[in-house]
Amino acid sequence: MDFPYTDKVLKHFKDPQNMGEIKDADAEATEGSPACGDMVSLQLKVNDDKKIEDIKFKSYGCASNIATGSIITELAKGKTLDEAKEINWKEAADALGGLPSKKAHCSVLAVDGLRAAIKNYEEKHGLITNKEPTTIEDIKKKLKHVMNPISGLDIVKTDLVQDITFEDEEVTVKIDLPTDHQFANNIREEIREKLEPIHDIEKIEVTFIR
Amino acid sequence: MSDENNIYLDNSSTTRLDERVLEEMKPYFFNTYAVASSEFGYSLGIKAKKDLNKARKRLAKRISADQNEFIFTSGATESSNLALKGVVNQIDSDQKNHIIVSEIEDFPVLNSAKTLEKQGYDVTFLEVDKEGFVNLDRLEEEIKAETILVSIQHANQEIGTIQNIEKIGQICKSEDVIFHTDATHTFTRIPIDVHKYNIDLMTVSAHTINGPRGIGGLYISQDTPYKKWIDGGYQEFNKRAGVVNIPGAIGFAKAAELVTEEENDRLKDLRDYLIDRVLSEIEDTTLNGPKEDRLPQNANVTFHFVEGESITLHLDMRGFSVSTGSACFSNSLEASHVIMGIGGDHERAHGSVRFSFSRYNDKEDVDKVISEIGEVVEQLREISPLSE
Repeated sequence: MDFPYTDKVLKHFKDPQNMGEIKDADAEATEGSPACGDMVSLQLKVNDDKKIEDIKFKSYGCASNIATGSIITELAKGKTLDEAKEINWKEAADALGGLPSKKAHCSVLAVDGLRAAIKNYEEKHGLITNKEPTTIEDIKKKLKHVMNPISGLDIVKTDLVQDITFEDEEVTVKIDLPTDHQFANNIREEIREKLEPIHDIEKIEVTFIR
Repeated sequence: MSDENNIYLDNSSTTRLDERVLEEMKPYFFNTYAVASSEFGYSLGIKAKKDLNKARKRLAKRISADQNEFIFTSGATESSNLALKGVVNQIDSDQKNHIIVSEIEDFPVLNSAKTLEKQGYDVTFLEVDKEGFVNLDRLEEEIKAETILVSIQHANQEIGTIQNIEKIGQICKSEDVIFHTDATHTFTRIPIDVHKYNIDLMTVSAHTINGPRGIGGLYISQDTPYKKWIDGGYQEFNKRAGVVNIPGAIGFAKAAELVTEEENDRLKDLRDYLIDRVLSEIEDTTLNGPKEDRLPQNANVTFHFVEGESITLHLDMRGFSVSTGSACFSNSLEASHVIMGIGGDHERAHGSVRFSFSRYNDKEDVDKVISEIGEVVEQLREISPLSE
């Protein structure tokens, strides 16, 4: 039969590894949202050497999302936090024998989830020291993780972000869509979700300019 | 029974060709293969034309239309394009520039309307209720002096909702606007009388009823203003240029005749059997579309907390073909506009699965798919962060 995925993707999809929850997890993160589609959550158990002793994931998503969740947990297990941070989408996709480019947005969630979980650990354990002031570039970087559901690519790449201003702890993001667009609320929610954790951002305004 | 290794439950996308249809088509590929010619042409062409018109008559009769009012096209997409753009182009004026379509139309009508909107026409995308029905009072409210045409489908391609087209036809007639309906999924499944229902134009197709692909039809009533806009020859009463697909037309007529009331009743039973079992045996499921006034061949259910492409891929690996309204499944990566249209959210579209039946399905197919989907959904829910 002709399936749209590689045998490795199908194997991880059919029989996902490291699936489930860790009872006394040291850190956790959830990426994506049910409103916009796929969602993945990750939990970590980290030992004294800052190595990932155990990692588990759950997925509310399509085959690419599930398979990437499975492979990324395999890749991260046994690595130090610093090593695990370096795992990127390409590495995960390569380990799966390739993923359709259209499915990049469903699979990148697992990578984001892993990084967010590591960050969550670092924050909890006071490992983050640099509290540099946030720049527009930093905000842009965060917005690259918000998907444009119309194209499946991020909202920066697809030019939906028309303008970003940041002043006095207040961010305004202008989106090139009508206010009543079917995805407007989801995009607003996702932008909020991504920007809220930034230490020097207090207020987030998302405006639809078309 | 379907194919030994595959149970096909995606018959609203397309169907398997019936051998009896193929047999009737064959002579028109190998013997009477000439183009339909005028009565002054050569005999092979005259015979071709005679048989083409016989097929036309058989199909027109099915909807109580005159044979001069039924043209062959390449399929439902072309039919709906011809209908909307043909009428609007003919009537176009400063005083008449408004059309109404429902927001859950299939893409040929929906995207034709969007194209017309870009060209400057005023388009109303009429909302539907939570089961997919157009509100008839709202339709009446939206019709104004500028309105040229109303296009509302007979039944929905995804959730099976059958509109009250008799009433819609009455409203259009009394308001003096033209009424087009896309009957791709209802033709032969539900009786249609174009005169009784005041239908001016109607889209039909062969491949949804075990007929061949690449052939469809458009009913255009005698007095409907219509402008031919694909230039070429003078075929099909000078309404649709191009060499007519005669084998297709013959096959279409045969396919339509093979659909019987008994078959439609049997499909209804399969549909209800599947819906009842899924809703009662699998937790956290929602029926999309109505229980009554529903296409005989269509069932559509949302399995909450799981994603549709994951379900369809698991089922595919187990030998079943079904489709989903999840954004992940579509090429456009957009969630089903139909599920969104009935007030569903992304979550509801995300986990929606459509099962659609044909004459090659039986109760055993339904039993098998239910037992498999039960397992698949349970497995996916185990890994879903949404279900506890």
